[in-house]
Amino acid sequence: MNENEARNTNKRALLSGPYLIWIIAFTVLPLIVIFRYALSDGAGHVTLSNITAIFSPIHRKALWFSLKVAVGCTLLCILLSYPMVLAMKHLGLGKRGFSLFIIILPMWMNFILRILALQMILSNNGLLNLLLTKLGFEPLHIANTETAVMIGAVYDYLPYMMLPIYTAIMEINEDFIEAAKDLGAGGFTVFRKIIFPLSLPGLLSGTIMVFVPSMTSFVISNLLGGGKTQLIGNVIEQEFTTGSRNLGSGLSVALMIFVLIGMAFTMRHNTEGKESVVW
Amino acid sequence: MSDVILTLEHISKSFDGKQILEDFNLEIGRNEFVTLLGPSGCGKSTILRIIGGFVRPDAGRVLFEGRDISMLPPEKRNVNTVFQKYSLFPHMSVADNIAFGLKLKKKSTSYINDKIAYALKLVNLEGYDDRDPLSLSGGQQQRVAIARAIVNEPQVLLLDEPLGALDLKLRHEMQRELIKIKKEVGITFLYVTHDQEEALMMSDRIIVMNKGIIQQAGDSKSIYDEPQNAFVADFIGESNIIDGIMVRDLLVNIQGVDFPCVDTGFGENNPVDVVIRPEDLEIMPEGRGYLTGRVISVIFKGAYYEIKVLVDDYEWMIQSVDPAPVGDLVGLTIDPDNIQIMHKPVRDDEEVARDE
Repeated sequence: MNENEARNTNKRALLSGPYLIWIIAFTVLPLIVIFRYALSDGAGHVTLSNITAIFSPIHRKALWFSLKVAVGCTLLCILLSYPMVLAMKHLGLGKRGFSLFIIILPMWMNFILRILALQMILSNNGLLNLLLTKLGFEPLHIANTETAVMIGAVYDYLPYMMLPIYTAIMEINEDFIEAAKDLGAGGFTVFRKIIFPLSLPGLLSGTIMVFVPSMTSFVISNLLGGGKTQLIGNVIEQEFTTGSRNLGSGLSVALMIFVLIGMAFTMRHNTEGKESVVW
Repeated sequence: MSDVILTLEHISKSFDGKQILEDFNLEIGRNEFVTLLGPSGCGKSTILRIIGGFVRPDAGRVLFEGRDISMLPPEKRNVNTVFQKYSLFPHMSVADNIAFGLKLKKKSTSYINDKIAYALKLVNLEGYDDRDPLSLSGGQQQRVAIARAIVNEPQVLLLDEPLGALDLKLRHEMQRELIKIKKEVGITFLYVTHDQEEALMMSDRIIVMNKGIIQQAGDSKSIYDEPQNAFVADFIGESNIIDGIMVRDLLVNIQGVDFPCVDTGFGENNPVDVVIRPEDLEIMPEGRGYLTGRVISVIFKGAYYEIKVLVDDYEWMIQSVDPAPVGDLVGLTIDPDNIQIMHKPVRDDEEVARDE
């Protein structure tokens, strides 16, 4: 009996094999390589200077801008998601499915293509300005600015915020909302006291899924920032392609530390045994 | 009923083309315990939701102390609901759940704390303030839900099958507690249930409903003893419902035998429905009593035996403390007081409910 059980456990453990191989090959090994580079200089001596280089003025500026984009993008995504999800909640079942489909649709297109399209739209004589001038407004100079990077980031990561919030809000039992109304809560109070607190697990998942990639991205600012505005991701990319691999690795490790601190800060709200909604 | 607190006037409502309520009228007196009783789908919950403000009637008005509240949203109505599924807010403690309505009314902290203490004492949950509602049992959750509604001092408390999810023993316990709570707080209770025993035990007045139409309204005793049609007789308790002919006043013919009874006013030689409660029939030795039949089954039910006696082609159900031997011929007798005569149903909602 025991032998059988042991054999069964072994068989089941085998099922995790592919995952383990994947994780070792594409997460653990690369991390070891990165750390090896990060902790040594070009001559092979052990040093911390690659990591502390994050505090040099130019890197600090890029990191600060990255933080600004990540925080701003996350906040904008939250602010946009709630009204949209609440509007969707009140749609009929069929329309709700369709609106969800519309939100997911862009995710099926290539990321670079979408950013390139946005670049065309936002460019000085692009679609947006064409439309504005037609309507008699002054054209805007958004292309190659921080604003363009921010628009790109929000555009790209919005579904990752909306979907978990949507899932969380749709899971809220309608009875709670009726009970709150019964006890005298008007529309906004119901949102503030019932819907918002009960959607927090979704908000948290969304925040992690938006904050981390928007903090570390470099393609968006490459294409929309016109090389003028540098995210820390761009700096690292340049170090790897044209500069020192060691410095690039060191900055990566430093960035990872910052992200982990940010995550720990966010996750603190999630320690009461309530699982977050990751779809 | 001079002091009417709530009036429903000509309420009609249909969902997806299906008529749930049709020209429904009801007056509820202050401090009354009224129960809407009926099978599922009879429209009783819809009435509660219309009064609570969650459903808007297609036609008709809801008057609260004479004022039309039909158009007010739920949060503006001075009624509170205890839902069947408790609906306690999972992200708040028991005390915060109870305080929810009071905080919205901007009551002082000391007032709120006093109220929480009072309400928890009322529902026998002292010391549960900081508990997570989901860690409580079903019965405890429902007590919290009652406390949460009552602290707002609603003029009418709506209870939508509040004990439906509890097991039998707990349900009996909660029924007694609800009566106690009702006495203590002195507010009007409008209670919805499909459990006839619950209705008979707790209510001042029972409204028996079927297919959106009131079948009979009255106190427990009159509903049980004098059902007005086959539906009510069948739904409230167990009954023998059999065809009869009203020979003349005070005499009814059942299965070819004349029975003296106490009913009058059904004309002469008119077909009627006769209701006889199983506990009112008495088994006699063969040759005595009005009817003679053969015992076909005896089932022990705890407090009594349920005996079936076949007379011609009708199976009489009798409840008796003494068993009878299966296969024996026996006589059946009944006291004239216990024969209840009813008109034949004229609409399908008055007929015995059958599973469709």
